[in-house]
Amino acid sequence: MLPAPFRVQPALDDTNRFFWTSGADGRLRFLRCQACGYWLHPPIPRCPECGSRDVAPEAVSGRGEVFSYTVNHQSWDGSTEPYVIVLVTFPEQEGMRLTTNLVDCPLDEIRIGMPVEVVFEQHDQVYFPVFKPVIA
Amino acid sequence: MTDFERKAVISGIGQSAVGRRLNRTDLDLTLDAALEAIADAGLTVADVDGIATYPGAGGGAPPGFAGPGSPEVQDALRLKVNWHSGGIEGAAQIQAVINAVMAVSAGLARHVLVYRTVTEATAQGSGGRAGIGVGGGGGGGAPRMGGTMQWSIPFRAYSAANWLALNAHRHFHEFGTTPEQLAMIAINARRNAQKNPKAVYTDPMTLDDYFAARMITSPFRLYDCDAPVDGSTAVIVSAAEHAKNVDHPVARVEAMATALRGRPSWDQFDDMTTMAARDVGAQLWTRTDLRPSDVDVAELYDGFSFLTMVWLEALGFCGRGESGPFIEGGTRIALDGELPVNTHGGQLSAGRLHGFGFIHEAVVQLRGEGGDRQVPRDVEVAAVANGGGPIAGAMLLTREG
Repeated sequence: MLPAPFRVQPALDDTNRFFWTSGADGRLRFLRCQACGYWLHPPIPRCPECGSRDVAPEAVSGRGEVFSYTVNHQSWDGSTEPYVIVLVTFPEQEGMRLTTNLVDCPLDEIRIGMPVEVVFEQHDQVYFPVFKPVIA
Repeated sequence: MTDFERKAVISGIGQSAVGRRLNRTDLDLTLDAALEAIADAGLTVADVDGIATYPGAGGGAPPGFAGPGSPEVQDALRLKVNWHSGGIEGAAQIQAVINAVMAVSAGLARHVLVYRTVTEATAQGSGGRAGIGVGGGGGGGAPRMGGTMQWSIPFRAYSAANWLALNAHRHFHEFGTTPEQLAMIAINARRNAQKNPKAVYTDPMTLDDYFAARMITSPFRLYDCDAPVDGSTAVIVSAAEHAKNVDHPVARVEAMATALRGRPSWDQFDDMTTMAARDVGAQLWTRTDLRPSDVDVAELYDGFSFLTMVWLEALGFCGRGESGPFIEGGTRIALDGELPVNTHGGQLSAGRLHGFGFIHEAVVQLRGEGGDRQVPRDVEVAAVANGGGPIAGAMLLTREG
């Protein structure tokens, strides 16, 4: 496993803290409306589908699929190696997506549609959800 | 069908010098553009009773991005305005012109100065473009990221180049679009820029040159990304009856569009291959009897080359997902093609004037003043599109006089 790269840290607040610390137990969580079941991301105080305020973090399976990707070569933050940004979709709800990184995957093996699963990269109190290929 | 747009015309245009590092202040460049536009409209400064700009000042924008705010320009010209506006939210950069059209149509103002000024080349110096949240070379001490940016920057997706690359690869996947097709946007822009005396990049570009350039974030290579410059562009939006007072044709506003019916998000938008351009395109054609086949020139935002492909589809110039074959070989979109695109060289080669270069060029073409790059047809209808991703705006202009 490569050493963790430099990452800009998120500013934690009462709305997003659950997401950025979720990985402490190895589970990825999104907000879910407890009234109608809608998964909402990014987190906000009310369900946009039914208006309920009864929204709470719930764990997803952690499995997903690569919806798109880009291999970044530009050294925006001083990096010297290409890295992969992916858009991951989740079986729990159509349209819910996460911009994240693909790790542990040779660049020429990246495929849109490939199954991936979450792994967490810890930086102090924050657990970054990134994704690695599911080995069949 | 509505006709309130047609109560307004673009009666004058102006532009400062455009260059890679002019080392002039943004106000200085703006005044050049503004005074040129005012004179071109057959007006004096005292005639101008409205002002608008994108994005306005005070929003914490990166250096060189925002230009002077409207109060600063109003004061420098000692304008007495009946209407004034500036801001970043809305249907992309062209929202400022759309707002001016609404002010004129509502009778709040008669002649509105609208401008967009950038000094990004000078501001970036030799460090080049930085990602958001990090400096030009290192990361230590970067601030913590809240708000919308927390969902991209911490994952090292620092730039709109990264975010839009995800859209582009999705388009490749869904429609079979190829890098060779994408390349035609940059190649067409460079070809046209060679005929534009104000364009910043005019060296010939072949397909080999395009592919030899470094990859920024796949599939975007160096020439898929626009060229930061310094420059200011201004237009005068006037009440339509002013057209008879001007000694050249004016551009009548035929239709405008501002819709955003998906989630305003780079990565949660329902259709990643069209984004907000889809909604703007659909709305635009409901406001006119004209159709895509009536358009003589199309000035379509190319902050990244892929956006021009998105706009070609969203505005109905080709079928959904068919922009790749449409631009293949670069023939249809050439100056003498069936739909000339980005006749000034776009932001890719004429410089990142950030939206208003397309408006300016549309009016130039309508007025037959394109010189070596004037398209060899009777230009009666021009389409202008700004923005990409989750913000988009568009306008149809027709020649009058």
